Amino acid sequence: MHNLGAITPLGRTQSHVDQFDGLRICEVTSRALASLSARLGAEKACGDKATKFTGLTLPSVGKSEVGDAFSAFWMGPEQWMIDADYDQHTLLAAELKSAMGDTASVVEQTDAWCRFDLEGPRCADVFERLCNVDARGMTTDDVTRTRLEHLGCFVWCLEAANKFAVIGPRSSAKSIHHALVTAARSAI
Amino acid sequence: MTQRNRLSGGQIVRNTPLNFTFDGKSYTGFQGDTLASALMANDVQLLGRSFKYHRPRGLLTAGSEEPNALVELRTGGRQEPNTRATVAELFDGLTANSQNRFPSLKYDFMAINDRFSNFLSAGFYYKTFMWPAAFWEKIYEPIIRKAAGLGSISFEDDPDAYDKGFLHCDLLIIGAGPAGLSAALTAGRAGASVILSEEDFVLGGRLNGESHAIDNMAGTDWVVQAQAELAALPNVRIMPRTTIVGAYDHGIYGAVERVSDHIAMPDAGKPRQIFWRIYSKQALLCAGAIERPIAFENNDRPGVMMAGAVRSFVNRWAATPAQDVAVFTNNDDGHRTVADLQAKGVNVAAVIDVRPDAPRVDGAELFAGAQVVDSAGRLGLKSITIRLQNGETRKISCGALAVSGGWNPNAHMTCHQRGKPVWDETIAAFVPGGDLPAGLTVAGAAMGQFSTDAALSGGANAAVSALAALNIDAKVGERSTAEDAPTNLTPFWYVKEGKGRAWIDQQNDVTVKDVKLAHQENFVSVEHLKRYTTLGMATDQGKTSNMGGLAVMAEMTGKSIPETGTTIFRPPYTPVAMGTIAGRSVGMEFHPTRETPSHKWASEQGAVFVEVGNWLRAQWFPKAGETHWRQSVDREVLATRKSVGVCDVTTLGKIDVQGRDAAVFLNHIYANAFGKLPVGKVRYGLMLREDGIAYDDGTAARLAEDHFVVTTTTANAVLVYRNMEFARQCLWPDLDVQLISTTEAWAQYAVAGPNARKLLQKVVDADYDLSNEGFPFMACGEITVCGGLRARLFRISFSGELAYEIAVPTRYGDALVRRLMEAGEEFDVVPYGTEALGVMRIEKGHAAGNELNGTTSAVNLGMGRMVSKKKDCIGNTLSERAGLNEGDALNLVGFKPVSDADPVTAGALLMNATGVVSAEADQGYITSAAYSPILNSSIGIGFLKNGFERKGEVIRAVNPMAGTEIKLEVVSAHFVDPEGERLRA
Repeated sequence: MHNLGAITPLGRTQSHVDQFDGLRICEVTSRALASLSARLGAEKACGDKATKFTGLTLPSVGKSEVGDAFSAFWMGPEQWMIDADYDQHTLLAAELKSAMGDTASVVEQTDAWCRFDLEGPRCADVFERLCNVDARGMTTDDVTRTRLEHLGCFVWCLEAANKFAVIGPRSSAKSIHHALVTAARSAI
Repeated sequence: MTQRNRLSGGQIVRNTPLNFTFDGKSYTGFQGDTLASALMANDVQLLGRSFKYHRPRGLLTAGSEEPNALVELRTGGRQEPNTRATVAELFDGLTANSQNRFPSLKYDFMAINDRFSNFLSAGFYYKTFMWPAAFWEKIYEPIIRKAAGLGSISFEDDPDAYDKGFLHCDLLIIGAGPAGLSAALTAGRAGASVILSEEDFVLGGRLNGESHAIDNMAGTDWVVQAQAELAALPNVRIMPRTTIVGAYDHGIYGAVERVSDHIAMPDAGKPRQIFWRIYSKQALLCAGAIERPIAFENNDRPGVMMAGAVRSFVNRWAATPAQDVAVFTNNDDGHRTVADLQAKGVNVAAVIDVRPDAPRVDGAELFAGAQVVDSAGRLGLKSITIRLQNGETRKISCGALAVSGGWNPNAHMTCHQRGKPVWDETIAAFVPGGDLPAGLTVAGAAMGQFSTDAALSGGANAAVSALAALNIDAKVGERSTAEDAPTNLTPFWYVKEGKGRAWIDQQNDVTVKDVKLAHQENFVSVEHLKRYTTLGMATDQGKTSNMGGLAVMAEMTGKSIPETGTTIFRPPYTPVAMGTIAGRSVGMEFHPTRETPSHKWASEQGAVFVEVGNWLRAQWFPKAGETHWRQSVDREVLATRKSVGVCDVTTLGKIDVQGRDAAVFLNHIYANAFGKLPVGKVRYGLMLREDGIAYDDGTAARLAEDHFVVTTTTANAVLVYRNMEFARQCLWPDLDVQLISTTEAWAQYAVAGPNARKLLQKVVDADYDLSNEGFPFMACGEITVCGGLRARLFRISFSGELAYEIAVPTRYGDALVRRLMEAGEEFDVVPYGTEALGVMRIEKGHAAGNELNGTTSAVNLGMGRMVSKKKDCIGNTLSERAGLNEGDALNLVGFKPVSDADPVTAGALLMNATGVVSAEADQGYITSAAYSPILNSSIGIGFLKNGFERKGEVIRAVNPMAGTEIKLEVVSAHFVDPEGERLRA
């Protein structure tokens, strides 16, 4: 076991939480991410192997699949992000690559992103001041890519109207967090 | 002060008095007042001075169409000029001031302009300031600029925040008058997602200003009932204080919500305003209509108002403009003013109706077939002169005149995409028609449905139709009913009698005469008329004046009004503050920032940061006693070259390239070949644009047969990734290649200097051989550090030293830099910033952004042979253009001052040692320069004609702008270790 300590995207040792009336914004650091891209001509095999490994059917455009151990959301044509618990699957990319073989390209993405989960009935009030996502119209498992605080982010609806994940570039975590909190203060 | 003109009733909260000042004088109004209604209640009639002639002006209207009553609100950073008093909600402590006057509103020196009105007519500027031409820039323009404008600003920063937001709905209803409310009820009951926007702070539209009944209840009570029902529907969003300012493509509407304009300052964290982008599937315009004036001589005197506005003030705000009010109308609607004034106990001095068959009036003298031909009163109306049907004139004392020339449907929004309204003869007005913005329909008075009943039914029916297009089944059901009287209008635009000025556009001081002059001078097109006279410009965009101007022009040309046409309406519908458009993107929040993994640690070290795009990079790390940045940078360079330094290079773009055809793909992307690069090796690569010019460089590391990691420069990380993605998807879709950015995923540090290996050996796990044989120059590999953490190691060097770049997952970047510093103590390790990085790369002669500047080719850079001719790549063919391969091409070389003390300056032009300094004699330019603490001299690199052949020659670096000139010796660009022995050590 290595002896280096990790810091969160916000530069702390513990996840940061902001509480508002009807909204909780939580910095999430417990997820491992790996991108999965089907090799040309191996799309079907990629889907089959991914299902075998994750237990999920790789989702279609704008959707996610959430399972017990793994989740997946669509990122682009024949490209998905696979999500799992970090402690359980610290080496998610290596595990996935091993399962996929030559049917897919897999890249570790865990620390490329920061994630903030928004939970509570006021989520949509905050999103409408942040990005062009119709959070009220999203159903559970919808995922979309949007521009938030000038940054390309994923907005993932984990529970319709009540829980969303914002996944954005890690280096700008403070800017994203600032935007989320500012919008929350503005709306709530 | 007593509110002399306050009446009974109204929608004001009398137990909530509000104190405010206007031009320094204190007044009291009530909750529910606007600044305009409160001033009216306090008998303040003179509110401003006109733009050009500085004529006294008062209220013309009661709404956002107001051309005259422009005031400055608040003070300090919140001072806001040119705000219409009619839409400024009163709050306790409001400070308001008149504008465009000196020294006071009553006595304005600039009113002298009015005496010279014959000289200041339409086209004055164009005719007067033509000669002498030399006067324009230095004399005329400054004078005109000084005279132009109305209000002033404080030049202090606005302390408030402005939000931007996005809304989505099935149906956007613009305007919450009877039509809008009826539509909202219909759509809301059908379950559609509805946004009901209203620019006023109360719903109801004209119902607030009228005494109409709906369903046997007061119109205002019906509004309360409708609002309560709508508020209870979760699918309906009611947005008061929200003006739709523009109709854009695909059902998108711009809206400004004035969240905190009605309070002294926003609550903590709350915005002053929000600029919404509303994405609607369907939209329904229920914006009502705007009453139009009748122009007559001196019709701009304070006290001359629109009749509907008078009803609004009387009914809604319980304020009368005067105790004696006359009415001048060409339609039955004007007569409603008579009844409403009388109901409130205000004396109606006379009713002047241009129609000989005007309906009977009770309780006031009616002059049928008569016209108002003049008015009197220095700062406010005292009397009017009327011409009776029999030709006699009569003077009538009155403090206000309510004028109605009919109503113009508020069609602006339907024209924002160049739609043209159509003429409706029955109401003598333009109504929405032709090509409306997709998904937009119109109902109520905005469609020419002028009775309340027609508005109610029009709104409901339009909602049903709009929702049918979305397959939402809505029903009108049992709708409310109300009065349904026609207005019986006889078109009448202006009084022809009189030699004085009859005002059409009061905001721009445009008169009937001006329009006639425009015609006389052949500016007959409506667009020319607008530009020549300024008719319809400025904050009100001609809401009360455009039609009058068109009517006069139509008469002049002998054409009909529809033949004369209308000018284009453009967004915004009402003025939008620049702060609202900027939103939160101001000051330090102008753009997001990116922090490197070592940012926290670097901050603790007191690093000085520099913005590189959005990145904040440590520029240097000052130490105690260092008073100048050069001391820090020199120390960092010397320490690195002497022992070891560490620099955060995470910002360089990292693109993961995988697939069976990854190597083939990189052969296409890079000018040089990558197909035979062994696994475990890194190669420098140069990318060309399609036109053969170099645009980025970096390295590609081969981690497996089908796996590369491409690095790019920091500045071009996104561009290169985008271009590669384009190439993958569009140029070579048949290649098996997958790309994804991993820039953020890895914290990457350069460890450079003779002791770099020794330092790394303390961090990299012992399983890995870092010896020169085990891990030679340009090697790469996946390793572990600090007891098992996955990491990547690249033996590459930008500094020219024995150097590595080591990468770990970003979350461990902070810990790794601390560990490197701790482990490096025995080697006197230093962190170095971008300045030292720059110095060392110049000393080594490495090209960077200054050299890859969009004009230079591989040949210029001395890399001509890298453009492999054994394969094709982007830019390969065009790099062979003759112009890029001439004999005396610019070559990248180094420069050393002949006299060590002379500074080499980037940007300096190169000239031969002797001869004239001219563009023709140009020999090239210096791209990068730095002080080299190793050479104890300033050095530079740059492009010199045929430079490779001129080493040893003395040339001059000149700056003709600054008059400087120094002598330089042309040398190799590789000042340090030209043989590369250090980096291979």
